[in-house]
Amino acid sequence: MSSELDSKAPIATLTASVRKTFPSAGRNFTLDVGFSAAAGFTILFGPSGSGKTTLLDCVAGLVTPDRGRISIGESVLFDTGSAINVPVAKRRVGYVFQDLALFPHLTIEQNTEYGLTHLAPHARRERAAAMLHELRIDHLSQRRPAEVSGGERQRAALARSLVTDPRVLLLDEPLAALDVATKSRIIEDLRSWNQKRAIPILYITHSREEVLALGENVIVIDDGHIIAQGSPHEVLRAPLQETVAQLAGFENIFDATVESVHEDRGTMTCRLLAYETENSVTLETPLIRAEEGSSARVGIRAGDILLAISRPVGLSARNVIQGRIVSVERRDMIVAARVNCGVEMEVHLTLAARDALQLEASREVWLVIKTHSCHLMQH
Amino acid sequence: MSIDWQAFWLTIELAVLVSALLLCIGLPLAYWIAFSRWRWKFFVEAAVALPIVLPPTVLGFYLLVALGSQSPLGRWWQSLTGHPLAFSFAGLVIGSIIYSLPFAVQPFAASFSSIDRKLLAASATLGVSPLRSFIRVIIPLSRAGIVTGAALAFAHTMGEFGVVLMIGGNIPGVTRTVSISIYDQTQASNYAAANAMALLLLIFSFAVLMIVYGLNRRTLNSGLWTTGAVK
Repeated sequence: MSSELDSKAPIATLTASVRKTFPSAGRNFTLDVGFSAAAGFTILFGPSGSGKTTLLDCVAGLVTPDRGRISIGESVLFDTGSAINVPVAKRRVGYVFQDLALFPHLTIEQNTEYGLTHLAPHARRERAAAMLHELRIDHLSQRRPAEVSGGERQRAALARSLVTDPRVLLLDEPLAALDVATKSRIIEDLRSWNQKRAIPILYITHSREEVLALGENVIVIDDGHIIAQGSPHEVLRAPLQETVAQLAGFENIFDATVESVHEDRGTMTCRLLAYETENSVTLETPLIRAEEGSSARVGIRAGDILLAISRPVGLSARNVIQGRIVSVERRDMIVAARVNCGVEMEVHLTLAARDALQLEASREVWLVIKTHSCHLMQH
Repeated sequence: MSIDWQAFWLTIELAVLVSALLLCIGLPLAYWIAFSRWRWKFFVEAAVALPIVLPPTVLGFYLLVALGSQSPLGRWWQSLTGHPLAFSFAGLVIGSIIYSLPFAVQPFAASFSSIDRKLLAASATLGVSPLRSFIRVIIPLSRAGIVTGAALAFAHTMGEFGVVLMIGGNIPGVTRTVSISIYDQTQASNYAAANAMALLLLIFSFAVLMIVYGLNRRTLNSGLWTTGAVK
């Protein structure tokens, strides 16, 4: 960072450790997390109900933790130790909600000026106009939220938060409903806005693609706890925890036993066990620290498996397995085929591949799986 | 036809004053009812709703006791103004406020409760205090409920009879309202005058309600007042 930037806006890291229990009839839910987020995007990734939104609510001050400490740089927002609880309106934490919560009775311009009452009217108008220009919605300033498109509303909600110069920005899946192109344009504009400000941005998402596209830092939350943290590559490509694996899009997860270890080749042979039947299949997988005969789990992405209608030869891939198609099902623009090859595996193909190979149930096929497409994980 | 214009204008004055005061008292009270998490809140809600179920004579009787020259309030008022509170216009205003309280507060509270809490959360995260959020978000978005509450309080006060009779009596120019006047004329078998007054009250009340419903319909059907989430 340049010294000029430092003098303007000292880069403040968000640090939070939070514990909050919600009593409920069936089972108490406890959010218990500690993390810090530097300038730039930090992705909060996890299944719904895992506590991501509650965490953002705690940072914003909308939910009061049972205990913990939340600070931005030197400034403490919440601390049970010293009984500090800064009111929401004084935290300067920008929050864009999942449903945006734009004020329906105000125009986009009035929405953007809403948080600027401390300024004189002309300064307010100038700041709002500049912000709307930066987010490319200045032509919509006189419209109401219900009169603009979804993407434009997201931009308006962003403008309304960003214009107040927040010290931290919280985004709760604000772009979930948008198409990929619109989404990535908004992200780009947000990135360029944050080039100057360099504030921490906490971004909640369910989408694996967004994690890979956005993340400098990913925090995976499940059932109120942080189960993994790091770069998207670290967290998603080599998952250790099964929850992460399911989140990361492993359609195929199998219990397995290690049959033999080939230290010299850097591989192992694992026997995958079929669910509820005696069948099994052996695969060559990457080497991990495991004893022969020990149990493991293997995850394989449905998109990483090749499918052939005759036995392929001369391949580098170590796993070529014969099987039979159980079902072929179209899902949006992909085709999901379930193949029984001792265990049942899901394979994803394009529509064109399905038609070219004339895939249908009961057809005999061969699956091709590279050693390094087999991900071993702990459970 | 002889219309008791004095009673008519007195009634209008009373109704306008009561509606205005009920806006001042009712809006904060309704805010508290809509947003408080106090566990004994239902106690206050029940107390506010009491005038709906009580016979006006019961309410009027207790108000008379509370406002009379023997009561602390009555004594305090007398020492302050030199006049007794009961059987005065001021006493009538106090009685009418309590009598019409639920008709104002319940529509206010209902419309406040229906506001998306996320809007208030958004307002707070934008650095705006709860009081300013009330003025800038809750009030404009509750316009229909506020207009309804104020109009109901106005109409209810225009037509009240039992409470007025109990605490105000029938003093021309001070406490004689239209409904008392109609009762008076009927008792005196002066049906033409009673009919004129009754018709005037009917037309006036109908006009007020038409205006209110007309205004609210425009607000609700404009289609612009949705939060605009993408779903």
